[in-house]
Amino acid sequence: MGRYIIHRLVSMMLTLFFIITITFLLMHAIPGGPFTRERPLPEAIIKALNEKYHLDDPIWKQYLDYWKDILRGDLGPSFQLANRTVNELIADGFPITARLGIVSIIFTVLVGVPMGIISALRQGKWEDYTTMFIATLGVTIPSFVLATIVIYLLGVVFKIFPVSSGSLTRPVQYVLPVIALSGYSLSFIARLMRSSMLDVIRQDYIRTARAKGLTEFKVIYKHALKNAIIPVITYLGPLAAGLLTGSFVIEKLFSIPGMGEYFVNSVGNRDYTMIMGSTIFYSVILVVMNFIVDIIYVIVDPRIKLIGTKEG
Amino acid sequence: MTKKISILLVCMLLVVTLFTACSSSSSDNKPITYNMGANPKTLDPQLNNAVEAGSVIVHCFEGLTRKDQNGQIQPGIAKEWKMNEDGTKFTFYLRDAKWSDGKPVTAHDFVYAWRRAVDPATGAEYAYQLWYIKNGQAITEGKMSPEELGVKAIDDKTLEVELEAPCSYFLQLTAFPTLFPVRQDIIEKYGEEWANKPETYITNGPMVLAEYSLNDKIVLKKSDTYWNKDAIKAKELVFTMIDDPASELSAFEAGEIDFADAVPAEEIPRLKEEGKVTIKPSLGTYFFCLNVEKPPLNDVRVRKALALAIDRQYIIDNAAKNFALPAYAWVPPGMPDAEKGSDFREVGGNYIGEDYQKNVEEARKLLAEAGYPNGQGFPELTLLYNSEGGHKTIAEAVQEMWKNNLGINVKLDSQEWAVFQETRTQGNYEIARHGWLGDYVDPMTMLDMWHSKSGQNDARWKNSEYDRLIELAKKSGDQKKRMEAMHKAEKILMTEMPIIPVYYYTDVYLINPKIKGFYYDPLGFKVFLYATKE
Amino acid sequence: MQVQIDPSLFEPIEVEADVAGEIVRPSLTYWQDAWKRFKKNKPAMIGLVTIAIIILSAIFVPMFWPYDYATQIRGHESQGPSWQHPFGTDSLGRDLFIRVMYGARISLSIGLVASLINLTIGVLYGGVSGYIGGRVDNIMMRIVDILYGVPLLLYVILFQVVLEKPIEQAFETTFLRVFKGIGSDLILIYIVLGLVYWLDMARIVRGQVLSLKNQEFVLAAKAQGAGTWRIIWKHLIPNAIGPIIVTVTLAIPSAIFTEAFLSFIGIGVSAPMASWGTLASDAYRGFRSYPYLLFFPAAFICITMIAFNLIGDGLRDALDPHMRK
Repeated sequence: MGRYIIHRLVSMMLTLFFIITITFLLMHAIPGGPFTRERPLPEAIIKALNEKYHLDDPIWKQYLDYWKDILRGDLGPSFQLANRTVNELIADGFPITARLGIVSIIFTVLVGVPMGIISALRQGKWEDYTTMFIATLGVTIPSFVLATIVIYLLGVVFKIFPVSSGSLTRPVQYVLPVIALSGYSLSFIARLMRSSMLDVIRQDYIRTARAKGLTEFKVIYKHALKNAIIPVITYLGPLAAGLLTGSFVIEKLFSIPGMGEYFVNSVGNRDYTMIMGSTIFYSVILVVMNFIVDIIYVIVDPRIKLIGTKEG
Repeated sequence: MTKKISILLVCMLLVVTLFTACSSSSSDNKPITYNMGANPKTLDPQLNNAVEAGSVIVHCFEGLTRKDQNGQIQPGIAKEWKMNEDGTKFTFYLRDAKWSDGKPVTAHDFVYAWRRAVDPATGAEYAYQLWYIKNGQAITEGKMSPEELGVKAIDDKTLEVELEAPCSYFLQLTAFPTLFPVRQDIIEKYGEEWANKPETYITNGPMVLAEYSLNDKIVLKKSDTYWNKDAIKAKELVFTMIDDPASELSAFEAGEIDFADAVPAEEIPRLKEEGKVTIKPSLGTYFFCLNVEKPPLNDVRVRKALALAIDRQYIIDNAAKNFALPAYAWVPPGMPDAEKGSDFREVGGNYIGEDYQKNVEEARKLLAEAGYPNGQGFPELTLLYNSEGGHKTIAEAVQEMWKNNLGINVKLDSQEWAVFQETRTQGNYEIARHGWLGDYVDPMTMLDMWHSKSGQNDARWKNSEYDRLIELAKKSGDQKKRMEAMHKAEKILMTEMPIIPVYYYTDVYLINPKIKGFYYDPLGFKVFLYATKE
Repeated sequence: MQVQIDPSLFEPIEVEADVAGEIVRPSLTYWQDAWKRFKKNKPAMIGLVTIAIIILSAIFVPMFWPYDYATQIRGHESQGPSWQHPFGTDSLGRDLFIRVMYGARISLSIGLVASLINLTIGVLYGGVSGYIGGRVDNIMMRIVDILYGVPLLLYVILFQVVLEKPIEQAFETTFLRVFKGIGSDLILIYIVLGLVYWLDMARIVRGQVLSLKNQEFVLAAKAQGAGTWRIIWKHLIPNAIGPIIVTVTLAIPSAIFTEAFLSFIGIGVSAPMASWGTLASDAYRGFRSYPYLLFFPAAFICITMIAFNLIGDGLRDALDPHMRK
């Protein structure tokens, strides 16, 4: 296991290296720059700005300089929000986004997994149909529509919840964004859970467990769930990375000052340092999450071996 | 047993979904709240490039002059001024005003700020607002040093400004954020970050920054060092940052904000019927830009035919839905002419007829003359627009009008904003959507962009007579001569038709009816200084 | 002792030709068997019929409907549903019903492409990665991470700038002429989907394969000398069919919404043609004044997705190897 972890860490570093390099090159390859304006800036100003941000250096030098900076943990100044560094912006937005993300992940798992289990155990009964109907609605209504309608109905018409969630200081501000943010993933998890649960409860060892006279709860909890939850865990890796770093649509619609908007806005504004900063931040969380997922595989199902090839 | 588990789990679901709490928010006893949209790039007067942050800045700072609710110039930090005979030199006499940290406002603060604005190293996007001052343009273009700018402090309270040429709207410019004073010691000490925090954002205006929460809100409080603080009614102002128009409308209807100005177009007719929305003309024109280098758009008859075949009122009523005025010329109404109280647009009249059917007939005739009777043989052109905002619907409407009236097919193509701007500036298009908002209240703000040397001349249109008239109007101090030259220039522009004006922009906003005393600067700044909420 | 055995006991009984065949059920392949079970699943059949109706109307309704998706009828702007315009008209007086029908062509084709990509690239990639395991798995999964990590928007914009012209040229000059009607923008969307729409699937299949590959039935197959491909194709994938189908059915709506998002940055079918996703996203800001403009496209997305999910559930049950009796 120790060797595996070292291998894995090295390959994670390489992954990040490729992501950074590819993003850097793509970003400079697309048209437009941070100083593209409807009213083009005078050349001398562009020149001065390029000098200030070292955009007049050859691209390879910018690339190497960028590495020097990030190895020191410095993501550089933002172009879009003058006078602010990318580190500062992420440090400011991430805690808010992460709070919402964690609540959403917990909500998704706590609701999605039981929903899947219920509908699998009661396959073809009303519980199954109800939960799966809800789950289907969750994926078919796009989050921007769901969010807008929920804001209008619960915020404007019935005035139960605040329309803009702000920095999420009160619990009540979480409700609407969490619902809108979790819709799709919750449905996905419920369906995955139902499906793999159905696979598992028909397996011989479950029959054996039942035959031994174990209680149904024990059968489900101790034997079935362990194997059935693998696809859910798989999906949770990228999902957690996504939720922790926020959603553009949800943060925009609920006016949450998190970091989710940076992923889209930075590209729109050609805010080079922010494009890189947000990408690196997301990627680090992503590779770590996927690493954790693989470790959880082994813990949940000891038969899974990540090391060694299958030639024998 | 299974049943028990499922009952337990259903209960869990209920608990989670019923996790609600009661909260009702009423804005009535809260401070006036204006939604400014996205987080501003900066609150630094010289570095700012956006009208929303400009609204914050006009509350926090005061220039030599200030605009009142009628758009008239009133004394600001300068209590009086005088102009020399040919209108090229101004002397301002400053009153005893204080910065928010108690230090006096001096003429040196203005000198520092203005030099800073034109210095290319600062990277001020609105540097051109100071190009009327002697050597301003040469400094920004890197040909001179900032110290050579035509402004000097005679003493602490006297400022002398030398202009390149007489400029009838120079006093107006002194009320514009780029020309507001800033503190040298603060900026040198804290760098550009000075504008981020209440402690370092030292200002000289009626309000001071009390709280700045990134991407969330900006709170301003009444300043107790402002020279005219007794006249200021607003005690506290909140600028929120709700970025999505649909959410902004919801926040307004829920009473969370008092003022919203990014109303979704589809909702405007309903809101107007309900009497909730206010519509004001603004200084700008929505238009299509024709690349005159691309055949057949190099033929003036084709350009005119395209311009005439557009039903402007239909576009306003059904596609834009903003109750704008149809544009039958280039310069929008609201710009003064030579006579006091007269309007440049009224004096100039329309260059395109208002009778649509007649226009269409003429357009067909022109197209036939150009060699494309009923559109036969007309190549398929591409109409380019940026995908953000409601430009698609307008483009679709225009496409259909050209098809039905002229028999020509146009392809629609959309691009993301940054790509779009680059495509348009580089001239890699045939027809492109465009819009222009004035930076000062004079027709020149609209007309000088079609000078052949202008960086904004995306139509790539060149006309030496037009250039000559623009240069003449820029140098002249005589309002009558200037206006005459600009009318002539506009006529050339509208005869040559490198652009197709569609409508004059409007500002559409929602305001809490309890708010009294609010006013709107023609350049788009919202002023709540004298506003109260009852 | 002599035992008398009646020789007649040893005479063969008369065998009717087909009796033996009738004792066991007819020999069916896995797929025939699945189809048989699928047909018996009522909800799944309802789903299938719904999709068929939508596809058929998307193909045939435009042929006889009086308007085109681009026809702007003056005087009919922003009307609610009526006999003449069952879904109402938009702000330029275009019949929403026919726009939704044309939108079905685009959105369903996007859904189809997305699910094909999932089922081919995604399943195979994940299967191979999980089965071979070890270093190969590590490299293959890190490639997936890289594709996840690089911002989608960046390469979408790059594709638009770099590929639009060549694709249009290919339409003009090569055999691809037949596809010209699809439009270069839609091709770009297919390419984007092809790049990223199999990542979730690959990860999920890989996870399943990792847990399945050490189970007894795989060992048994291996002992019988089955090769890698045979084991992946015949044993591992059928046993992972549940999660695969869930992932495919859920990839369809997400592809349809991705298209709407991409059209927001300028990639997507050229206006005035519109997909369901674009119709819905153009309408959401005005849903208080014109709810029907949002309702109909959204309802079609909804119905289609429910149908796909019913089919998916039916397929899951039908393809489940344990259900085979």
